[in-house]
Amino acid sequence: MAPVLELRGITKHFGPVLALHGADFILEEGEIHALLGENGAGKSTLMGVAFGLVRPDAGQILVRGTAQQIRGPLDARRLGIGMVHQHFTSVPALTVAENIGLAAGWPVSPGPLSRRVRDLGEQTGLPIDPAMRAEDLPAVLKQRLEVLKALATDARILLLDEPSSVLSPPEAEALLTRLRDFRSRGMSAVLITHKLDEAIRIADRITVLRRGEVVHTGPAGAESAPRLAALMIGDPAWAPHRLSQSASTSEVRVRVQGLAVERSGPSGVPLREATFSVRSGEVVGIAAVEGNGQRELLRAVAGLLRPSRGDLAVSTPVSFVPEDRTSEALIGEFSLAENLVMAEGESGAWIRGPWLDWGSVERRTQELLGEFSVRAPGPRTPAVALSGGNQQRMVLAMALERQPTVLVAENPTRGLDIKATAEIHARLREAARQGVAVLFHSSDLDEVVELADRVLVVREGQVIELSPGATRQEIGARMLVGVPGAS
Amino acid sequence: MRVERFLPLVAAVLAGIAVLAVTLLATGHDPIIAMGAMWRGAFGSWDTILSAVLPRSIPLIIIGLGIGLAFRAGALNIGAEGQFYAGAIAATWAGLHLNGWPAPLAIAALLITSILAGVVWVAVPVLLRVRFGVLEVISTLLLNFVADALVSWMVQGPLQEAKRIYPQSDPIAVSARLPQVPGTRLHLGLLLAVVLALGLWLIYRRTLWGFQLRATGAGPLAARIAGRIDTNRMIATALLLSGAIAGLAGGTEVSGVSYALFQSLSPGYGFTGIAVALLARLDPLGTLATGLLFGALEAGAGGLQREAGVPAVLVYLIEAVIIIVVLLSDAFARRRSDGRF
Repeated sequence: MAPVLELRGITKHFGPVLALHGADFILEEGEIHALLGENGAGKSTLMGVAFGLVRPDAGQILVRGTAQQIRGPLDARRLGIGMVHQHFTSVPALTVAENIGLAAGWPVSPGPLSRRVRDLGEQTGLPIDPAMRAEDLPAVLKQRLEVLKALATDARILLLDEPSSVLSPPEAEALLTRLRDFRSRGMSAVLITHKLDEAIRIADRITVLRRGEVVHTGPAGAESAPRLAALMIGDPAWAPHRLSQSASTSEVRVRVQGLAVERSGPSGVPLREATFSVRSGEVVGIAAVEGNGQRELLRAVAGLLRPSRGDLAVSTPVSFVPEDRTSEALIGEFSLAENLVMAEGESGAWIRGPWLDWGSVERRTQELLGEFSVRAPGPRTPAVALSGGNQQRMVLAMALERQPTVLVAENPTRGLDIKATAEIHARLREAARQGVAVLFHSSDLDEVVELADRVLVVREGQVIELSPGATRQEIGARMLVGVPGAS
Repeated sequence: MRVERFLPLVAAVLAGIAVLAVTLLATGHDPIIAMGAMWRGAFGSWDTILSAVLPRSIPLIIIGLGIGLAFRAGALNIGAEGQFYAGAIAATWAGLHLNGWPAPLAIAALLITSILAGVVWVAVPVLLRVRFGVLEVISTLLLNFVADALVSWMVQGPLQEAKRIYPQSDPIAVSARLPQVPGTRLHLGLLLAVVLALGLWLIYRRTLWGFQLRATGAGPLAARIAGRIDTNRMIATALLLSGAIAGLAGGTEVSGVSYALFQSLSPGYGFTGIAVALLARLDPLGTLATGLLFGALEAGAGGLQREAGVPAVLVYLIEAVIIIVVLLSDAFARRRSDGRF
C-alpha cells in the first residue's frame, strides 16, 4: 500500500541559503514519525512544504500514492493534512468554539457550534470549554486548541511542530498519550521535536535532517539518544580551544551563583539554575536550543532582566548586542550619529551638561565608520539604509565605544554573510584580547565552537559547564540529551 | 529642517482651495467673491491679522506644541481639549481671586494655576497607564467629555456670575489679564507661544533629554534595550508636560481673550491642535507655521460668513482636504522609500 504522505527530492532555497537539498520523507499509514535535526536543519521547512506554506523549488508531493500540488493550507486540509504550529495561531479575542469553527469552516451559529466543539473534544479525548476566550486559556489548553483545530478538519495526517516545547513534562506526556490513541485509530503523525527521549519513546520511525539533507531514517526502537545526537550534529571533530594562559588567572568580571530568572517570552522555559563565571579576556560561548533559558540568562547578565533568585555580580560598564538589531539595537529612521548618542547615553564624550555637541558626535561617528569598516555615506545616513552586515558592524562599534568590561551578545552574526561574520568574530576576539569578558550565545553550534574559549550549555533552564577538551559532538549531545540523571 | 518637507503642505493648501472653489460653485456661490471675502477676513488689513488671525493662532500653536511633545514620545494625547478646559477653569478661578495683586504676579499666578490644572487633568490617564496599562488614547479622549461637563457645571454653579443669569463667569481681575498690543486684540500669549516653540526646538535638537524623548517615540524597544532609557517614565513625563502645555493654552485664552469662562470657549482647539501638530510633523517651528495657517483659515471663515453669506463651516472642508492630502503624500513617500512603489 502506498504511504499516506511522501515527499520526494524536495529542494528549497531561501535567497542564497539552501534550506532543503533533495530531501526524501515517507510517512506510512498509522505511524508516528519523528523528525529530528539541529536549529536550521530544515525540519519546519520540510513540513511547511507538506502543508502548502512553503513552495519547493524542486521535488514532488504524493498523498496516498497520488502526486499533488499543495498551494496552500486549504489544499492541505482538503487532502486531510492538519498542522499544529509551534506558536499560538488562534485569534485571541474569539472563543474556543469560534476559533475551531473558523479553522474548520463550520457555520458560526453559537449553539450548534458549541455542541459540535464539545463533541469533538470528547471524541478525541481532548475536552475543552467551547465558551472560553482563546487568550484566557492556560498554555496547555492553548496547545490543545491548536490540536483540535487540526483535528476538526477531519485530518488523517497530523504535522506537529514541537508541540511539547511550551508544556510542562506531565502535560507533554498527556499529549503524547493522545498521539498514541490517534495512531491506534489509523491516523498518522509527523512529530518535530528536539527532545530525543520523547522521539524514541513515542515514534515508530525516526528521520534525521542535517543541513537540509536527510541523513538517516529508521525504526525508533533501535535508537539511542547519543546516537541520534551524533547523527544530527555530524562529526567534524573539534580541536579543543586553547584557553589563553592569562585568562585562567585574570580578574573575574561576571560571577553568577544559583541564578534563576523568570521566562521573558510567551514560550520556552525560565532559567532555573546557573552558576559560572567569566574572566577578563575570555570568550565564553553559550550553546543551547532555542527557548531553553539562554535568553533570560544573557539578558539578566546584561542588566535587562531582574533575577528571581540567586546572586549576580557583573562589573560595569556592560555592553549588550541584542539578537534583533533592527528593532532592539538601532532606530532605523535615526541617523548613525543619533544611534551612537542613544547607545552611549550620559557617558558619551559629546555630553556637555544637559547639552549635546553634535559636531563632536558626528566626528566620532565618522571615525567609527572607518575603524569598523562600516560602509555608509556618512554619520547622517539613517541606520535603515545600511545592509545587515554594516548595521551589525555599527552595532558592535557602538557596543565597544562605551569601553565595556563585559560584552554580552545574542546571535551576533545572525543573517550575515561569511565576510561580515568573520569580521564580527575578529572584533569579539580582539575585544577579549584587550581584556573584555565576552559572553555570547549563538543558535549555530559551529559558531559557538569556533569562537569560544569555553562553552556552557543551557538546557531546560540548567547551565552545564563543559570541560575544556569537549568535542563538538559532546556539546551537541548535552544540548539535546542533557546530563545523564539530571533531568 | 529642510524646506522641501513642507512642499506637500503647500500643495495640500492649494488642493483645499480648489475643492472649496468647486463646492462654492456647486452650491451657487461665486467662488471669486467668496474667496475674496475669506482672504479679506484673514489678511485684509493689519487689523484682521492682528485681531483675528493671530489671537486664533495662539491657542492652536500652544496646544499643537503640547500635543507634538506627547506624540514625539509615542504617547497619543488626544485629550488636549479637556486639558485646555481644565486650565481655563483653573485660570478663571484664580483670576477671580487675584484682585489687588500687581499685574506680573497676578498673570504668573494665573498661568501657573492653569498649567497645574492641565497636569492634574492628564495625571489621571498617566496613572491609569502606569498602573493598569490603560491606553492613553482612550482615557485622554474620554476625559474631554468629562471636562466639557465640568465647565458646564462650573458656569452654572460655583463659577457662575454674581447675578446668576447667564451661564458664564464674572470677568477676571484686570491685573490678571495679559497685556495687548494697543488697539488690537493681539495679546502677550503670542510671545509665550514663540518662546515655547523655540525652547522645545532647542530641547529636541540639542539636549540629551530631548533626544531620548524622540528615541522613545521613534524606537521604544531600541531606546529601552540599546539606549537603556526608562521609556515608561519618559512617556509619563511627556504626557504630563503635554497636559501642562495644553492647560497653559487654557490660561492664555482666559487671560488674553475671553477674560471669563463660558461653555464654548474653545471651538475645538484641542482637536484642531492635533492636525496642527501632525501637519508640522511634530516640529516645533513648523507648528508655528501650521498654527498660523489654521488661525488664518478660521479667521477667513468669519469673513466668508459675514461678507459673502457662506456658512463658515465650509472652511472645515479646506482643513479636511489639507489633512488628507498631507497624510496621503506621507503614505506615498513611505512606499517609495520601501521600494514598493
